[in-house]
Amino acid sequence: MGSASLIVLLIIAIAFAVVAVYIGRIFGTSSTNSVKGEPYECGIETKGETWVQFHIGYYLFALLFLVFDVEIVFLFPWATVIRELGVVALVEIFFFTLFLFLGLLYAYKKKALSWM
Amino acid sequence: MISMIEFTDITAWIHSLLLSVMTPTWTYIVELALSGVTALVVLLVCVIIMVYMERKVAGFMQLRWGPNRVGPYGIFQVIADVIKLLLKESFSPNRADKVMFNIAPALALCVSLMALAPISWAPGLTMWDTNIGILFITAISSMGVIGILMAGWSSNNKYSLIGAMRSGAQIVSYELSAGLSIVTAVALAGTLSTNGIIQSQADGWWILKGQIPAIIAFLIYVIASTAECNRAPFDLAEAESELTAGYHTEYAGMQFGIFYLNEYINMAIVSIIASTLFLGGWMPFHLPFDYPVVHVFNHIMDFIPTWMWFFGKMFLIIFFMMWFRWTFPRLRIDQLLKLEWKYLLPISIVNLLFAAVIIVLHWHL
Repeated sequence: MGSASLIVLLIIAIAFAVVAVYIGRIFGTSSTNSVKGEPYECGIETKGETWVQFHIGYYLFALLFLVFDVEIVFLFPWATVIRELGVVALVEIFFFTLFLFLGLLYAYKKKALSWM
Repeated sequence: MISMIEFTDITAWIHSLLLSVMTPTWTYIVELALSGVTALVVLLVCVIIMVYMERKVAGFMQLRWGPNRVGPYGIFQVIADVIKLLLKESFSPNRADKVMFNIAPALALCVSLMALAPISWAPGLTMWDTNIGILFITAISSMGVIGILMAGWSSNNKYSLIGAMRSGAQIVSYELSAGLSIVTAVALAGTLSTNGIIQSQADGWWILKGQIPAIIAFLIYVIASTAECNRAPFDLAEAESELTAGYHTEYAGMQFGIFYLNEYINMAIVSIIASTLFLGGWMPFHLPFDYPVVHVFNHIMDFIPTWMWFFGKMFLIIFFMMWFRWTFPRLRIDQLLKLEWKYLLPISIVNLLFAAVIIVLHWHL
């Protein structure tokens, strides 16, 4: 079929999402009252802003993720040609992962991997 | 060869039928639409079976019946639930960012449906038979986290935001070890194409041929993909006892339904990938030894149709993921990240090197 099937799947997904919601609009019932639009936080009224500065821990892991995700992107082409390259591929990937492993060890030592 | 009705015969028949009534261009367009709709329908049927299975498995593991009122053995319970969800009102809260709030479920669904394109369903039955199939699936499925973050952020609800942030940290972390396990399987097979990977397992699945590294990679992939799907014991993105429902707290009606559907589609996709990489996808169970008895055994296995192998393996892995849910208690966020960064990631890196040694020295079967 070719890569055009991606566009077809995208259209189908959007159409499904839109139609499913609109079926509810047409056949479902609707009610209005004063507290319906309030955020649902187990019945207690919400206090203050929600969109505030968030805990740094989550972002730290996102940063670390970037480094290792790029590593995996480099590993994909390597994985397909490992048979042809033989020992050369082995030696190169050994040094490549060694440096990344040192990076992981550094992050471990700096306690970046423990939740604060 | 055994004469069985192959899926390629059916597609060839449809192709010639369409060619006889319309021009080639229209045939192409109609075939594209048909393949997409078929994939969606197959997946929806799978999801309905999975939801029913989830409840029944949960029931039997907790010594209760599970659904047994709507229809025989409660098999229409899921359909009743879908109709109920369809008739509920989808609304957005007053303080929410309305545009993002309404886009988020559709985006999540787009991402998980597009990951279906390179999947090899049966011999010769792939929507997009590309040489970068697995790379494309990993790339597109890592975008799923954007939908979840958008949903949690735009809800303007503290529980939603906490759930979405947890989910973000969790999904991106576990993607690393899942990706490294995928690289291990790709290195064994030597190709990124899903069809090629399955063809390379014609004389035995990689979990058998790849020795210990393949088994470790398979186990890590199953654990990491359970986490990526936000399934228990890694379900702290929607830990109902602490966060109501996590990132989809504010969603109602079919918008919630789409998130729910999306979760099950993701489960189906990761189990299809696990079975493609390590258990041979639609490939029957063959042993990699050269004895007459083994040849007879391999030939007997060929009699079981490919779709049975495909869905059998898929539902087996899904069953394991459901089993996890009722076996392990939920992790805390620090335990979750510790498990990934201090155990699974180093293990999978070392395992990849180990696998590379085995491949270069031709120690695999």
